[in-house]
Amino acid sequence: MTWGSVSAFLAMGGYGGYVWGSYGVTTLCIVLEIAALIVRQRKLLRK
Amino acid sequence: MSINWFKYSSPPSFYPLAGKLTPFFFVAAALFTVTGFYISFFVAPTDFQQGEAYRLIFIHVPAAWMSMFLYVVMAFWAGVGLAFNTRLSSMMASALAPTGALMTFIALLTGSLWGKPMWGTWWVWDARLTSELILLFLYLGFMSLQAAIDDPRRADKAGAVIALVGVVNVPIIYFSVKWWNTLHQGASVSLTRSPSMAATMLTGMLIMALAFWMYSFAVTLMRVRCIILERERNTDWVKQLMEQRP
Repeated sequence: MTWGSVSAFLAMGGYGGYVWGSYGVTTLCIVLEIAALIVRQRKLLRK
Repeated sequence: MSINWFKYSSPPSFYPLAGKLTPFFFVAAALFTVTGFYISFFVAPTDFQQGEAYRLIFIHVPAAWMSMFLYVVMAFWAGVGLAFNTRLSSMMASALAPTGALMTFIALLTGSLWGKPMWGTWWVWDARLTSELILLFLYLGFMSLQAAIDDPRRADKAGAVIALVGVVNVPIIYFSVKWWNTLHQGASVSLTRSPSMAATMLTGMLIMALAFWMYSFAVTLMRVRCIILERERNTDWVKQLMEQRP
């Protein structure tokens, strides 16, 4: 285990903003892509 | 038992198959992501030069690999569609483009967030970064060209030309760190020599690459199903499919 505490984990040795920023934006992109596809599929299958 | 693979090259039989496969790819992606994250954050050690900032590698490198790989697959299907006039291959090419563009965007963005603390700048016009940006423009060019042409078969052909010409860019991206002096570091993993990184770091990165791979398959299959429905909505099999739905 590399991390002593939760706050140390979040701080990422002072690079927290960069590391979590990247993971955050990537997660957001993936969630939006899946959501857009679900909406597109539902619209097509309706009627 | 022999499987007739050609059976699945027609949209009516590929549509249900893709629907059955999609959940498996999503589950595989989720499992690889959980394992990959655990290794990335709790097993892999701190880098002696870059501290914890290097942990960006676990999404940056897989996204960059996928951006190039998906482009080659897209160009391959576009080329098959152009040469043999097969509908489904061209639909596959169109379905791959948005995910490829997204992977390219993620690679550029995480690279930028990595560049700032390590190089002191968000962006430099060096060979690796510039060729990856060109890849993004190729994806966007392919998508907007197809969107601008009303007749889908003509859109397929025009898109295929861009996709095939753009393939030259992929080896340029890959070898850019060798051919030019770049700020970007060289490959840490290559087929010709042993990797220059800790084993656990490498394992984490490869598992995350598998996760991105499975994810890309899942969303591409979802998208190709939408494209099939859009393009074949006037055919009997789609009408039947719609009637059977409650």
